[in-house]
Amino acid sequence: MRLTRRDALAALTAAGVTVGGGALFLSTGEPESTADGTAEHRLDESTVRTLVAAAEVLYPSEVEGTEEFVTSYVQGKVEERPDHGRGIADAVDYLDDYAVAWYDAKFADLVPSDRDEALERMNADTAAPDPNGSDVERVRYFVVNELLYGLYTTPTGTTLVGLENPRGHPGGLASYQRGPQS
Amino acid sequence: MTGDSDRTPSDRVDVCIIGAGPAGALVADRLAARRHEVVILEAGPRFDRADRIERMERSIRPSHDLPSVWDMGGERDAYTSTGEWFYPLNNSRVKGVGGTTLSWQGMVMRLHEVDFEMRSEWGVAADWPIDYEDIRPYYGSAESALGVAGASDNPFAPPRESPHPMPPFPPSHSDARFAEACERLGVATHSVPNARNSAPFDGDSKCVGFGTCKPVCPTDAKYDATRTIEKATDAGVRVIDRVPVQRLEHDRSGQVIDAAVYVTPDGETHRQTARQFVLAAGGIETPRLLLLSESETYPDGLANSSGLVGRYFMEHLFAGTGGIVDWRTRQNHVGFLTSETHQFYDDPAAGTERGIPPADAQTAAFTPIKLEFFNYAGPSPVGLALDSDIWGDELLESLRDAYGNSIAMGGLVGQRPRKDNFVGLDSSKTDDHGNPVPRVHWRVDDVTKRSIRRANEIQETILTELGAELTWQVGPEETGPAFHHMGTTRMGTDPAESVVNPRMRTHDLDNLWIAGSSVFVTSGAMNPTLTIAALALKLADHVDESL
Ligand SMILES: Cc1cc2nc3c(=O)[nH]c(=O)nc-3n(C[C@H](O)[C@H](O)[C@H](O)COP(=O)(O)OP(=O)(O)OC[C@H]3O[C@@H](n4cnc5c(N)ncnc54)[C@H](O)[C@@H]3O)c2cc1C
Ligand code: SF4
Repeated sequence: MRLTRRDALAALTAAGVTVGGGALFLSTGEPESTADGTAEHRLDESTVRTLVAAAEVLYPSEVEGTEEFVTSYVQGKVEERPDHGRGIADAVDYLDDYAVAWYDAKFADLVPSDRDEALERMNADTAAPDPNGSDVERVRYFVVNELLYGLYTTPTGTTLVGLENPRGHPGGLASYQRGPQS
Repeated sequence: MTGDSDRTPSDRVDVCIIGAGPAGALVADRLAARRHEVVILEAGPRFDRADRIERMERSIRPSHDLPSVWDMGGERDAYTSTGEWFYPLNNSRVKGVGGTTLSWQGMVMRLHEVDFEMRSEWGVAADWPIDYEDIRPYYGSAESALGVAGASDNPFAPPRESPHPMPPFPPSHSDARFAEACERLGVATHSVPNARNSAPFDGDSKCVGFGTCKPVCPTDAKYDATRTIEKATDAGVRVIDRVPVQRLEHDRSGQVIDAAVYVTPDGETHRQTARQFVLAAGGIETPRLLLLSESETYPDGLANSSGLVGRYFMEHLFAGTGGIVDWRTRQNHVGFLTSETHQFYDDPAAGTERGIPPADAQTAAFTPIKLEFFNYAGPSPVGLALDSDIWGDELLESLRDAYGNSIAMGGLVGQRPRKDNFVGLDSSKTDDHGNPVPRVHWRVDDVTKRSIRRANEIQETILTELGAELTWQVGPEETGPAFHHMGTTRMGTDPAESVVNPRMRTHDLDNLWIAGSSVFVTSGAMNPTLTIAALALKLADHVDESL
């Protein structure tokens, strides 16, 4: 099951980038500076690299194309919601500090099993997601749940589970009428 | 909608409406069409449309509680719940332009004829002072105003004159399986009328299946009262947001209201005068505002010479049963229902020849029952994923196990009007303006419990016929309110027994009218808003006549 830019755009639609707020960078999939010339709201490369590294352990192995998907998804979302972007960047900083403290390397440079272990060791698996909570609660909210939300509100993610039009995705009115075979 | 930052009162207003939910919006729109000057005072804000997707995300992601999706909570919305049953008030309403329809589900059906005649037909509760024929034409107009997708396929529905404005949503995959099982049992199923666009309507888009209708539809496919407000604004209505009305003031004679006193966000107090006042603040704040408006002439609150303001608070109770089957039920694609049955509405005690046993009590021992077939039974994958303490392949495996075979029925059960269920004031606690908070005193009585049990019994029989293994049930002990606030300023001809007359004008004050479900005499078991809308249009006619 390969995630594509289309999926990122679908996820972004669900995240508000193309519906309601007016179409943003639907044409290229790349964030652009806003029309009035104000500063771009982008995550820096290393933050995105860390998120991709996290997605590689959070997403099932059947999913491919994670890097492209995560990059388009988070950058697009942050463009629309700069505060949210700051939350993500701070949580990622903590994740890196933690990785350096325990493993002597940045999170993205760890092998996947160590990334998995690091997230568990800090209790990001059991912590309550809270955008205003402790460091770990913010990792749960801005990294773990952010990435899972991106995946499981897109058809690509939930088709793996047998649902082509999940909550949060505007997949039209045909799928609910169909039986399982079609 | 853009904000109007001038919050000073309007001059020479014909009608001042308090509350910008569907009731207030429809009255305003109708009266503006008749060229009256109308101003609406709304306690909450105009929400920015562009934020809807973010609100939707908040509704799906754990860590944001439900009331916060529409900014409910805090001192402004403080309340107490003192009855035998806790009442989660802030889950059940939204304050802002659009009112509670911002978070509603959008099921819109007419009450049945029997609902207006419970005393005459069942020998219980009370009759309304109007009957179905009196509001029948208004129901048609209400269906047009709300943009209802529906069909005339319901054999139990009251008579109607014209088709719904839009075709119904086609049945879901699981509806078809339910229909087969019901047919074997002699139960007729039919479509659900939805205030939701099955086709583009009035310039608004068709439903695209976001599946989060309740509490947020990110598109304009689901009706909410901002649609009517926009029309009303185009017709000249002025809407002032973020101005909670503190009290209504009457003249020296005590016969007419002079002004609505409101406070702006920067703390200024203003008086809006008008010839007529329409209170449309929802089933809780409407009686509260009347009680807060006490005066020397009316020490027990305005329009309360009967002592009944706030009394006879009614709700609809949820009854549900669910299970799993060995086929794929295809749930959670959309966030609304497409099939239901009203077969047990007019006579909850009756069984069928082919499998639903009759009840072991008479019809009058129950309240009406409406039964629904779910399209969102069981967990949604995104919900499970975000709550999970595993990830990766392990998470996918658990989602595959949990999603796919759930099936469920829901339903609403009515509640009889009881004087000891009420909305009052709690002076021990105050809101952000120092006013006593609303106190909801409520319990679920035995008749209601018996009706819930009856609903469960029918649900069990249908689900068992479908081959389901039953795994959960919401019965009389677990039930909760459907968030329909009814009955707190009831309608009647006798001023000693009611608060408003059949024209919905208060008995006590010549120019004070009440729009909303607080005027309901009995609850029925139908979601109330189509009836609220029909009554609002009727009220507008009466106000128009008085101007
Ligand atoms: C989750 C949920 C699902 C629902 N689903 C359905 C459904 O499927 N079908 C159905 O028929 N109904 C449904 N309802 C109920 C429906 O939303 C209400 O019946 C309807 O909105 C009531 O309309 P109203 O205009 O009387 O009151 P409201 O919509 O509550 O509007 C009242 C307005 O008055 C304002 N106000 C209050 N006090 C003051 C004051 N002092 N000064 C100024 N303004 C004030 C409020 O801020 C609010 O905006 C649902 C409700 C909820 C919560
Ligand atoms: S399914 Fe519900 S939330 Fe989605 S577009 Fe339709 S009405 Fe709106």
